[in-house]
Amino acid sequence: MPLASYQTSVPVVVDEAKCIADKGCTVCVDVCPLDVLRISDLTGKAYMAYDECWYCMPCEADCPTDAVKVNIPYLLR
Amino acid sequence: MAMDEILDGMSEVSCDVLVIGGGTAGPMAALKAKLKNPKANVVLLEKANVKRSGAISMGMDGLNNAVIPGYATPEQYTKEITIANDGIVDQKAVYKYAENCYSIIEELDSFGIRFLKNENGDYAVKKVHHIGTYVLPMPNGETVKKALYRQLRRARILISNRYMATRLLTGADGRIAGAISVNTRTAEFLVIKAKAVILCTGAAGRLGLPTSGYMFGTYENAANSGDGYAMAYHAGAALANLECFQINPLIKDYNGPACAYVAGPYGAFTANNEGARFIECDYWSGQMMLEFFNELQSGKGPVFLKLNHLHEDTISEIETTLHKVERPTRGLFHEGRGTDYRQQPIEMHISEIGFCSGHSASGVFVDEFARTTIPGLYAAGDMASVPHNYMLGAFTNGAVAGEHAMEFADNTDFAAFDAADVARERDRVMAPTKRDDGIPPNQVEYKTRRLVNDYLQPPKVTRKFEIGQRRLAEVRDDMENRMVARNSHELLRALETHSILDCADMAAHASLYRTESRWGLYHLRTDYPEKNDDDWFCHTLLSKKDGRMSSEKRAVEPYIVPIADDEKDLYDKQRVRTSA
Repeated sequence: MPLASYQTSVPVVVDEAKCIADKGCTVCVDVCPLDVLRISDLTGKAYMAYDECWYCMPCEADCPTDAVKVNIPYLLR
Repeated sequence: MAMDEILDGMSEVSCDVLVIGGGTAGPMAALKAKLKNPKANVVLLEKANVKRSGAISMGMDGLNNAVIPGYATPEQYTKEITIANDGIVDQKAVYKYAENCYSIIEELDSFGIRFLKNENGDYAVKKVHHIGTYVLPMPNGETVKKALYRQLRRARILISNRYMATRLLTGADGRIAGAISVNTRTAEFLVIKAKAVILCTGAAGRLGLPTSGYMFGTYENAANSGDGYAMAYHAGAALANLECFQINPLIKDYNGPACAYVAGPYGAFTANNEGARFIECDYWSGQMMLEFFNELQSGKGPVFLKLNHLHEDTISEIETTLHKVERPTRGLFHEGRGTDYRQQPIEMHISEIGFCSGHSASGVFVDEFARTTIPGLYAAGDMASVPHNYMLGAFTNGAVAGEHAMEFADNTDFAAFDAADVARERDRVMAPTKRDDGIPPNQVEYKTRRLVNDYLQPPKVTRKFEIGQRRLAEVRDDMENRMVARNSHELLRALETHSILDCADMAAHASLYRTESRWGLYHLRTDYPEKNDDDWFCHTLLSKKDGRMSSEKRAVEPYIVPIADDEKDLYDKQRVRTSA
């Protein structure tokens, strides 16, 4: 069976101007309980790679530059 | 190497005590084990990162079951929890918790976690339960995980993050021998030989499907996919009273607590659409949930948490706590809906089903020493069978487990396991990565959980359960033979799907076994609507026998705190009386 990709609007948004993942920071990726954040090899910045969010907030609370914002997933909003 | 790439790797380590799960009970278990024997090796294995894992990822707003001298006695607490669970309680474990929890509170206080005190410096305990007074707010509850983590570092606990344990290993004599785990970002295997193992993997919180349709919008931390229940089952341990589901009153759609335990003592209450109180008490019990369910179904639904009659200062205080700790996105959710506690009541709903002894009475069977039925295997926290644990129960019973497990390890040697068990497990785990084509884990998981909602959600009906079991067996066939994982993150989800489906099967099997109704909504069987004490005043134990799921009765241990006849049904009287 062929697989199709599925469009989804992700709740965690990273401000690339503030994100310092390209300087080696991985705090948000490290703390996420669901392990859904990754560093993009294209931009060097953190982003939400998997839409599997518990909207719990450690990524936002622990980010040293206030670059991460957790929104309520659209389906719940 | 790109993250999530699947690598081929296998290593083996050994330790004296292995703790699986680094949320609440796990860190305390590891700490106490290490303090008991500082020379021993203690490994804390965690699927996420101990810094922010588990139910208290963002802290906790209060202790819901604090037995504090001057407010309550261990006898009173044991009595209340016995009554709240329809009498099906082994009191020894509850009593031991009640005796020990105050010293744990003092210890947490020494870690820098503060609890609300009044002007005299005494703990400011609040009443939420039906009978006694046990709720203690935590003004800086957001610091819990950090404070714990500091203690773990100081004690030199070996922490292994991002490893998911998938199966326990046992020796020929039935003793625990260790665990097999998989790295969630590389799919490399780590076999850990251990003299004693403590399971602290939390609730089965990803069992039912939230009504929003968002799979991770669960009440429990969505990482709590029931791995511990599945591992214990496959190792041959007994699981108690799994038919006593957990169902919670939550903020509709947000699916987190509102939270009446915080707001209730200040005068907030659960109301129907007329703004009227309909339950006597907001403490979560099956009987309370049944009245909540009845009201939702009636013309007086939906149900709300009402705060808008309170003074501005009071509301601000509640708001500060609720929007800072435990589930801080509550504030964001209300803002998005235009809900202000001062103006509108909060619309409530009931959650999907799960297993969790934190609020109900099911779990891997343990005695008052946190021992499971497998020698050397312990369990604590939301997945162990001590009822109404909450966070303080996880800490207290985690401490009991840690100390006892180290004592066990000190007096035993490693059990030898069969290398073929590891090879077999490796094949099982890696199977979805060997396929080029098939069904992705998220679809297998969605279908499993949708069937749980359709067929297993109370009110329970025998015929529906039987159909549900057949459909779940079809999904299992897909899971075992057609599921595909293209990277190690998808493999993590695939393995969690195994746990979820195992828990769904156990929920169905256990529910069909108990042919009566008990624990209010948690085990409401419409074709057996009455409580039947003659045949069912007992625990049920589910276990794997000759490869098949099997259930049996287990007598309730004689009470150590007697319950008078006129006290037994106090929790059945939840509905507000309309006449004197």
